[in-house]
Amino acid sequence: MFSELGPVDSSMVDLLPAPCRSPFNSPLNDVFLWFSHGDASTETTTCPGSSFHTALTPQPDEHGEAPAPGSGPVGHGKNHKDAASVRATHPIPAACGIYYFEVKIVSKGRDGYMGIGLSAQGVNMNRLPGWDKHSYGYHGDDGHSFCSSGTGQPYGPTFTTGDVIGCCVNLINNTCFYTKNGISLGVAFTDLPPNLYPTVGLQTPGEIVDANFGQQPFVFDIEDYMSEWRAKIHGMIARFPIGERLGEWQAVLQNMVSTYLVHHGYCATATAFARATETLIQEDQTSIKNRQRIQKLVLAGRVGEAIEATQQLYPGLLEHNSNLLFMLKCRQFVEMVNGTDSEVRCFSVRSPKSQDSYPGSPSLSPRHGATNPHLHSADSPTCSNGVTPPNKNKSHNKYPGVSSASSSSSSSPSSVNYSESNSTDSTKSQPHSGTSNQETSDSEMEIEAEHYTNGVAENSSTRIMNGTYKHQEILQAEDGSLGNGVADSCASRQLCGGNQAATERMIQFGRELQGLNEQLCREYGKNATHKKMLQDAFSLLAYSDPWNCPVGQQLDPMQRENICSALNSAILESQNLPKQPPLMLAVGQATECVQLMARVRSGSCSFARVDSFLH
Amino acid sequence: MACLLEAPLRISVLSEVTATSRHYVDRLFDPDPQKVLQGVIDMKNAVIGNNKQKANLIVLGAVPRLLYLLQQGSSSSELRAECAVVLGSLAMGTENNIKSLVDCHIIPALLQGLLCPDLIFIEACLRCLRTVFISPVTPVQLLYTDPTVIPHLMSLLCRSQRTQEYITQIFSHCCKTPEHQTVLFNHGAIQNIAPLLISPSYKVRMQALKCFSVLAYENTQVSMTLVNVLVDEELLSQVFVRMMQRDQPIDMQLTAAKCLTYMCRAGAIRTDDSCIVLKTLPCLVRMCSKERLLEERVEGAETLAYLMEPDVELQRIASVTDHLVAMLADYFKYPSSVSAITDIKRLDHDLKHAHELRQAAFKLYASLGSNDEDIRKKITETENMMDRIVSGLSESSVKVRLAAVRCLHSLSRSVQQLRTSFHDHAVWKPLMKLLQNAPDEVLVMASSTLCNLLLEFSPSKEPILESGVIELLCSLTQSDSPALRVNGIWALMNMAFQADQKVKGEIVRALGTEQLFRLLSDPDSNVLMKTLGLLRNLLSTRPHIDQVMSSHGKQIMQAVTLILEGEHSIEVKEQTLCILANIADGNTAKELIMTNDDILQKIKYYMAHSNVKLQLAATFCISNLIWNEEDGEANAMTGSQERQDKLRELGFVDILHKLTQASDPNLCDRAKTAMQQYLA
Repeated sequence: MFSELGPVDSSMVDLLPAPCRSPFNSPLNDVFLWFSHGDASTETTTCPGSSFHTALTPQPDEHGEAPAPGSGPVGHGKNHKDAASVRATHPIPAACGIYYFEVKIVSKGRDGYMGIGLSAQGVNMNRLPGWDKHSYGYHGDDGHSFCSSGTGQPYGPTFTTGDVIGCCVNLINNTCFYTKNGISLGVAFTDLPPNLYPTVGLQTPGEIVDANFGQQPFVFDIEDYMSEWRAKIHGMIARFPIGERLGEWQAVLQNMVSTYLVHHGYCATATAFARATETLIQEDQTSIKNRQRIQKLVLAGRVGEAIEATQQLYPGLLEHNSNLLFMLKCRQFVEMVNGTDSEVRCFSVRSPKSQDSYPGSPSLSPRHGATNPHLHSADSPTCSNGVTPPNKNKSHNKYPGVSSASSSSSSSPSSVNYSESNSTDSTKSQPHSGTSNQETSDSEMEIEAEHYTNGVAENSSTRIMNGTYKHQEILQAEDGSLGNGVADSCASRQLCGGNQAATERMIQFGRELQGLNEQLCREYGKNATHKKMLQDAFSLLAYSDPWNCPVGQQLDPMQRENICSALNSAILESQNLPKQPPLMLAVGQATECVQLMARVRSGSCSFARVDSFLH
Repeated sequence: MACLLEAPLRISVLSEVTATSRHYVDRLFDPDPQKVLQGVIDMKNAVIGNNKQKANLIVLGAVPRLLYLLQQGSSSSELRAECAVVLGSLAMGTENNIKSLVDCHIIPALLQGLLCPDLIFIEACLRCLRTVFISPVTPVQLLYTDPTVIPHLMSLLCRSQRTQEYITQIFSHCCKTPEHQTVLFNHGAIQNIAPLLISPSYKVRMQALKCFSVLAYENTQVSMTLVNVLVDEELLSQVFVRMMQRDQPIDMQLTAAKCLTYMCRAGAIRTDDSCIVLKTLPCLVRMCSKERLLEERVEGAETLAYLMEPDVELQRIASVTDHLVAMLADYFKYPSSVSAITDIKRLDHDLKHAHELRQAAFKLYASLGSNDEDIRKKITETENMMDRIVSGLSESSVKVRLAAVRCLHSLSRSVQQLRTSFHDHAVWKPLMKLLQNAPDEVLVMASSTLCNLLLEFSPSKEPILESGVIELLCSLTQSDSPALRVNGIWALMNMAFQADQKVKGEIVRALGTEQLFRLLSDPDSNVLMKTLGLLRNLLSTRPHIDQVMSSHGKQIMQAVTLILEGEHSIEVKEQTLCILANIADGNTAKELIMTNDDILQKIKYYMAHSNVKLQLAATFCISNLIWNEEDGEANAMTGSQERQDKLRELGFVDILHKLTQASDPNLCDRAKTAMQQYLA
């Protein structure tokens, strides 16, 4: 669910390396530059931003006209005036963190006066990189490094034909090092300015180089180098000193976890957490449970009941929020198509077993909820939920006598999971609890189970469990309905569960929905979103197999999440509680912060992505 | 317990402490097993992190009782496990605790305990054994006394992650000799431990890795086996390479690099393999960087020095990697001036590691500069390098002195450095001082360096001579160590090369003819070669030849005869024939050969030898004998005529004639030149 906030925006970095295969001739002399580029399809391995565009031709020099290629040397490469450089049209993007390219010396030509490095915009291109201000280079003839100066410093070995020279810019600490044939030569420059362009300069006839911006594998293991920095930055974040505020931090973290649990209505978990950490929960227990119950209904696809419950518990809420109501109703319609909404469910043929224990109707569920709010609140995010599905039928057979297992299995498949897993637990942890007080013992056990699974785990993993749990639960709900009626498993994928009466009810509901839309139009004017929503929902009926149609995605249980959280937020707002839990705010803030870092050219942001901490 | 009135407070406190400790021990003797168990559990809680309590309990005799309970079959498995836990806790204390535990025969008892099927008990025993064995005071051999122990430990490896961690840790600490390596290897250590390298537990992976590093060290058999081992369908070397990735913990990177280094040095991996050149070497260079802990930097530098010692290409690569040469200069900056002021703890830490750092840097410089002249130049040009070596030579730590002299030796192979920096910094002075009184190890290196400093072109040669080095070198030739004898005689040989009569005379006098001839029958062929070299150098330029031969001619001729008759290598015989050739160059010394028919016959034999080198040397000798003197003295003239006649009689001319047809151009020329003397 954190994905809602999205990963770091990668749009700021340029992704497309422009294809360019033609060799370039230097206009000045027969210095031969050959920058071959990969196809746009091949991505660079360094970073998403390592794009190089075609304009690699050196700027015209002071001699003016360029001679025709192959017309023989104009300059003899004897002095510095014969030098010429090419550079990329785009500077190295700061947000890429670490930037790397390699240059293979195809031929050293006459004297091998080659320079590889970086330069800022506006630097004279008729000189080797390194000689001028804001220009940096490593030269092959003497192995010296030139840092904006005509005199080099002893740096590394000389390089010549056959060598592969790499240049790595670290935008985190603004340094640069070179590699020769895959061996790092150590830092060459520090305190580099931003916006440098990869640059290669040649001076004597016959010098040929070939640049690799990642379209081919690099000789140097740049991935390994990057992994080191990634680990460094992650370590920096993990070990961020908090000094004397340790106690304060703990309270903040506990509050974050607690509010998150409360927000999503994980009532029992929240209570257990509060008990373990000795903190207080702001919201009233029943309020949490109510919300949880409603959320549970939405997530189970029983939107009709959810609306009913909302209206009953929070009178006026939906009436004042017609958009939300409309969205809910639309969803209800979709769920009717799905065969999960209780208005159509009652028509479906249930497995004999379920009917035995629950010769039920849709009315049962609300009643059930009213008499026993524990059951629905028992939304246990335990590990057992995750592992249950494969054993589902097995555990049925194993504990046929446990009434809760069979009874709740019929009412809602999601409760099946919960009670099954807990009944499994109960045989172990609370063998004395009989069937007499099944409901209470269930919720008790649920707390126990939660306490163990969540309590042992780190805070982060708690919320992660909860986060993934939802999906699993829903999937299980599907599995459950399939598993429950082995006989009518194929029927469950039919429109409205394949029941004629149910289909009629659905059509009728559709008309009511249409009516609601018209009413809203009259009251508030046309609403394109509503129209689209309605269209999409009705389109489902146009297909023989709605699950495999262009709009079939609506039937995906995952789609319930948005409406569920919208409803939850609305309820919370109506109770004057924050509509977003602080944890989500913190995640959102961190994400924004990383994006801001990218905008202000802080290289480390590329290794500090928020999603790498949420897993 | 006696209760003294007015006892000093200190004693009363002490007795109080002992009293509570006593209570714990007493409870171990309770007849009710349940109470004993509770007593052991309470004891466990009491000793955790309390060294004083641990010492008290040991003094009060808790250990034998605990061992008794642990070994008792009637004890419940819970009690036995708790006993092992308490013992493990006691072992965590001081070294004295470990000693006491070992003295109580804890090791056989715990090893016996491993035969029990109860896993919790086994784990507790292993944890305790681990703690005991990793202590330096525990004799490693105790692990190997019972031959059934190692196989049993191997079989326990599959029981749990804990057993894996403890057992591999025990192995890696108890594998100290090639014999230990062989024992572990023969019991399938490699096959059993290799899968642990991909264990989900970091501790297990790390200990398994450490195990391999000690197993592979200087062990060809293990290394050769390791290269072919597959772990989860991946070659072991690739697993090690993965462990060296930069985002892995430093300890793991370093240990994996060690494994590959040892495998490479044992010949199992080629030095030009990419996993060495592009992975291991750069990884070790990274370990030398300032960012690493001092311990890691020491280990990194030592391992790197070992890795590239025999390979000039690796030395060249390392010399340009990440400014290694400059990076090492930083090793000499501890304790830094900053640490002295700001932080006492840090100063202490720095001081502790300063020697280690320096010796590691010297070792690495020595390795780097052992072959390539450019690297040597780079090293000597590093800031204050020569000064550092000079001061390193006189440091108190033997390790640093040895490493410094190794470094100096490595650099002394450079003609240029001998002529310049060595002379400028008068390195001979501390070197001579070092030679006065040093362990053999240091002596070998120092004398070897001295050999180079005594080379003819070395400007240090004169001052060294004046410092009375000859006596010292002569005493080295009497050493029991062949390496020292070689170096001694080698240095004398270098010294005698183109030396004046005074020096030669001094060498002969100081060495004594007796010693000289003893060295000519030295079992070490290197010593023999260098002694012959010395003789040859002594017997150069005509007046010197005549002088030496007039005083020692008889013995020398005897020795030469013996060597030519003996079973010696071609090189030795060649050198001997060269000596004869030198003798033949003397004015009066010639006669010693001309009058010795036996020798002449031998020369004749070698002129017809199958080895060209020997033919050449022998021909050279004859050529000298028949040479017409240019100084034109009448009697000398007649002398050469007489010799020519005698040699013709002996059939040498025929041989020479034949040799003019030889396929070897040098030999052919030499024979022709000799023949021309006859014609002249």
